[in-house]
Amino acid sequence: MSSNATAVTLHKCAKTFEDGTRALDPVDLAVEGGETVVLLGPSGCGKTTLLRIVAGLENPDKSGEVWFNNDDVTELPIEKRNVGMVFQSYALFPNMTVAENVAYGLRVRKMSKPEIEARVLEMLKMMRITELANRNIDQLSGGQRQRVALARAIAVRPRVLLLDEPLTALDALLRERLRVEIDSLLRSLAITSIYVTHDQAEAMALGDRIVVMSKGKIVQTGSPREIYNNPKNSFVADFIGTVNRIPSAMTDGIDTPKEHDLVFRPEDAEIVEKSSGQFNGKVVNSFFLGDRIRLIVDCGAPEYITIESFQRDVIEEGDEISIRVHQDRFLEIN
Amino acid sequence: MRRPKIFYGQLFFTLIVCAFLIVPAILSALAGVTENFFVGLKSGFTFRWIIEVWELYSETIYLSLLIAVFCLIINLFIGVLAAYSLARIGGRTARIVEEIIVLPVAIPGLAIALALIIMYGGFRDFRTSWLFILVGHVLYTLPFMVRSVLAVLTSTNFKILEEGAASLGAPFWHRFINVVLPNAKPGILAGSLMVITLSVGEFNLTWMLHTPMTKTLPVGLADSYASMRLEVASAYTLVFFVMIVPLLIAMQLLANSKRQTKNLIQDEDAH
Repeated sequence: MSSNATAVTLHKCAKTFEDGTRALDPVDLAVEGGETVVLLGPSGCGKTTLLRIVAGLENPDKSGEVWFNNDDVTELPIEKRNVGMVFQSYALFPNMTVAENVAYGLRVRKMSKPEIEARVLEMLKMMRITELANRNIDQLSGGQRQRVALARAIAVRPRVLLLDEPLTALDALLRERLRVEIDSLLRSLAITSIYVTHDQAEAMALGDRIVVMSKGKIVQTGSPREIYNNPKNSFVADFIGTVNRIPSAMTDGIDTPKEHDLVFRPEDAEIVEKSSGQFNGKVVNSFFLGDRIRLIVDCGAPEYITIESFQRDVIEEGDEISIRVHQDRFLEIN
Repeated sequence: MRRPKIFYGQLFFTLIVCAFLIVPAILSALAGVTENFFVGLKSGFTFRWIIEVWELYSETIYLSLLIAVFCLIINLFIGVLAAYSLARIGGRTARIVEEIIVLPVAIPGLAIALALIIMYGGFRDFRTSWLFILVGHVLYTLPFMVRSVLAVLTSTNFKILEEGAASLGAPFWHRFINVVLPNAKPGILAGSLMVITLSVGEFNLTWMLHTPMTKTLPVGLADSYASMRLEVASAYTLVFFVMIVPLLIAMQLLANSKRQTKNLIQDEDAH
């Protein structure tokens, strides 16, 4: 973490809209300087509202406070917070060229012309879109717009970079590539960033820390590894990755506390010799995914379980299989 | 040669349009440049009547243009700001305000004029100046400007653009002038042409609001139809055509250019 990067602290930030809808319960959040925090959750969980409160586009309810380092910015509107923001729809100005878009924030800051030109060129180079400088916005593809939006947000050297589902509008392949680019960009800039997404793969790839949200509350905060391996409750476990659930009544002969359901992830199950596993079941569906197969198995639990196997054996619908999960791979969830 | 049935329908429609719109308009225009209309075209062409119209009625033409220009200026301030505010507020309040602004279009101009006279007729200097007519014209044209700008604003998603500008540090006026206005330009242009055209041609309200010293072109027209020979009245109409047709053409061109600027998006992600 670089020492001069801005830390963001939210203190009891809640948001109730004028019509009385509660979008966000009081939330405390501390983002260290230079850290990338991902707000992750399904739509309507309050993650965008939280980001907009950090940005200054929404005011928190009365008792909430927003701090950038030692500055209380709660009362400052967005234009005075010196943040950079990338919007889901990019919000590029259609009346300006690519270069003019990138220069806009610098013009507002009344930088000199040569300074602006130099900075714009630097940004375009960094995003590898120099050849697009004089294009109009409606002549750009989705991925190009994305890069322009990033260049424009970074050009003003903001204290905090805020990204609101920046990849959602793109197709899957492009999304994956840009995710890698954004990741290395954020790392090279060492800028404090808050990134909103509903895509768990994006969150895992980008976040130093993930903040999982649901229904206006923060459910769990932790590194991607912690969140994946030790989900705090079934919401987090279900939202990040896939989990299987075996009711406690069916767990005879397995060494776990009786009162818990057994919960494990598909990739932690192993197919073993007939009847030597912990559960036996019948394959309901078998999907060949190339590098692995995904099996939907009925082992008597209320829900079918999903397992993924990298074995090369052909397993087909109707086959009886036996499954073993290593003792320490069970997730501890109530 | 067999022709599809629709051909006869189209032919009929074309003939109707010719009979009731184009031919009368041409005839009227011709009457304005004919020596003696009752004798017919063989009496010869002349600009005499047009010159006479100019001598008699040039004041009304100047006044109409003056009012139209001021009407536009006021609309550019009030109308554009009103449209912007309505687009920002949104929801029911905005719709109610919009309906109120549109009222003068639905209510007969005569009734609005009468209401204005009842309310402000006592202020003699105001009542007898052209500003009184200007007020009427602004009332009547404002909804066209507001609606035109509002439609463009709501379709450009200006709120997010404005948030984008604000995130880059731009205070209100900076983003209003550099982001909101340029992106509302098609609506402002279309609205402006509409305002000028409507103001120049407005008769209902103006007929009630005018005084002998403040006659506009359409009021002058009515005057000449009632009291002048047919050739003079027709020449007057011709002058009106010459003023209004370029505006109408400009409006069409504008609508066309808007449609054509939708460029094809070049997909260059796959490089």
